[in-house]
Amino acid sequence: MRTARAIFRRIDRALLAAMGCIVVLLIAGALYDRNFLSPDYLLQQLQVASFLGVIATGVMLVVLLGHIDLSIPWVVTLGGMMSTAAAGHDGLVGSLAIPFAVACGLGIGIVNGIGVAYLRVPSMIFTLATNAIAQGLMIIHTSGFAPEDHATPAMHALAVERSILGIPNAVWVWAAIGAGTVVLLRRTPFGRRVYAIGNSERAVFLSRGNVRRVVVACFAMAGACSAFAGVLLAGYSTKAYQAMGDPYVLPAIAAVVLGGTSILGGRGTYLGTVAGVVLVTLLQSILSIVQMSESGRQVIYGAVIIVMLLVYGRGPKVVS
Amino acid sequence: MSGVSSLRAQDVRYWLSSHRGPLIAAALFVAMFALFVTEHPAGASANVVNTAANKGVLLAFVAMAQTIPVLTAGLDLSVGSVFVMTNCLASTLIAGTPLQVALGVAIVLASGLLCGALNGLVVVFGRLQPIIATLATGAMYSGVALWLRPAPGGDVNEDFADFMTGSLRDVVPFSIVVLAAAVVLIWIPYRRSVLGRAAYAVGSSEQAAYMSGVPVARAKFLAYVLAGLFAAIAGLLLTCLTYSGEANALLGGSYTLSSIAAVVVGGTSLYGGSGGAIGTIFGAFVLRTIGDLLFVFDIDPLSQPLFLGVVLLISVSLGSFRLLKVKKRVDLYR
Repeated sequence: MRTARAIFRRIDRALLAAMGCIVVLLIAGALYDRNFLSPDYLLQQLQVASFLGVIATGVMLVVLLGHIDLSIPWVVTLGGMMSTAAAGHDGLVGSLAIPFAVACGLGIGIVNGIGVAYLRVPSMIFTLATNAIAQGLMIIHTSGFAPEDHATPAMHALAVERSILGIPNAVWVWAAIGAGTVVLLRRTPFGRRVYAIGNSERAVFLSRGNVRRVVVACFAMAGACSAFAGVLLAGYSTKAYQAMGDPYVLPAIAAVVLGGTSILGGRGTYLGTVAGVVLVTLLQSILSIVQMSESGRQVIYGAVIIVMLLVYGRGPKVVS
Repeated sequence: MSGVSSLRAQDVRYWLSSHRGPLIAAALFVAMFALFVTEHPAGASANVVNTAANKGVLLAFVAMAQTIPVLTAGLDLSVGSVFVMTNCLASTLIAGTPLQVALGVAIVLASGLLCGALNGLVVVFGRLQPIIATLATGAMYSGVALWLRPAPGGDVNEDFADFMTGSLRDVVPFSIVVLAAAVVLIWIPYRRSVLGRAAYAVGSSEQAAYMSGVPVARAKFLAYVLAGLFAAIAGLLLTCLTYSGEANALLGGSYTLSSIAAVVVGGTSLYGGSGGAIGTIFGAFVLRTIGDLLFVFDIDPLSQPLFLGVVLLISVSLGSFRLLKVKKRVDLYR
């Protein structure tokens, strides 16, 4: 009895609430359409969730520091476009399409990190500027049209096929990235420092931690995650297209916050982020199967996120 | 006597240093705009100035909307959506007789106030983080915009629209008059009111403001409400410019982002507590003039977005020179 209570206390409230919301959404979906709970449909949802999950992983690292990355939309697009562009070449370049795209995202992430950590520009405005630059580069690269290049078979396989145990490869990829992130955050000095910086940068500096290097590393990883998600999306739809990353900003940030990560930094678990991603994906999926106009869907989507945040994402009251 | 004059010199120096951001933005704008009209093939004709003014005022209003929540150390990521939503609403209501047009204008402005009030309720009384809360309400307003105008179009009273976007005596663009009126009738009284000063206090330190008996909740609430109002004025002007409405989420997104950039270029701190709408107006004008300059200097249209991005990156990085003045390294960290 006591152990049960101890376990209960260790699971934080946000995670519990997110799990509760997921169950409610599953029941609501099942009531509307009996196929909703079929394993195939759920696996498909998980596959779609994994794209968002990869982006949310990067967002979470940055949010834990108390920063935010608004360069997601065009870094995702850049990842997709760079991978398909490299895929257009024969030989070595074509086979390195995925690492090349991820490296491009890593590069933008490093620029973000340098701006935030060394130039001390507020992350919101600096990542906004790099987002504009990534957009400018991609418009020049494509001349403003949808690129003609196609995804490589490897990208397609990674995003769509089900090689092991009938589970989509994208889900395995997300699981691997997630496991790596959990180890990084929970089992390494680096991870402890990420949480510490989110609580007080100054304290980390005074205890001889290298704040700047950690911040740059987190932004770099966030850029790489976004670009990799772009690779997966390009593999999923076999093509990269303009503004393909735009629909992922609100869901990614919402998933991280709904998963219990404080947007002020220093608090949050990866399990919560996973729950948040699944929650947002299920919400989107239910809104898309319900016969409703796009406008109504958007209003309900925004309202539901507000309500869920009101249930458990509220900030402390200022009392003194 | 020398004591008095040195005091005056001190006052001037204090005034200059306390208004450094807006002054730099204004000087930058004047220089860039002078370059623009001298390089423009048509010169400084009323038409060129009027077109530039209309574009600049549009962004200036959205950026003013952004400024007030930023002063309270908040943020409103829904200004672009409110802008587009009120554009769609105005495109259906600004039609018919003058009386109907006047009623339409009132309803459009009221809808902006309502959106702002919803943001304020969620942020202040819901105690949600402004970034995520206004991102979500922004999605809702985009939905409403799409509901109001599933396809682009509109039936707008052209006399009213032409009057709003034309020039007075072919010299002064009327949009500038509207902007000046908004500054004199809304911004300055607000800045001098208790709740306006409270907004600055809340932005500097919410806890200290609370302890000093400043009406924190009301100040923050009013900040978001006014943001909605300014965004609605911008939406109204956009309708007059295009004679139509379009639920263009991309346009809203780009205006939201540009509004934050204009706020920063205009010298308002994103950490809250310092700056103001006047600087923001010049920040918005600077951003718009950059686009115009790229046009007159025949920069390839495809590379213009990259140019804008680079200029934005450099301008936000310029603030880093203050780091050279930091004496103790620990002061670099929060």
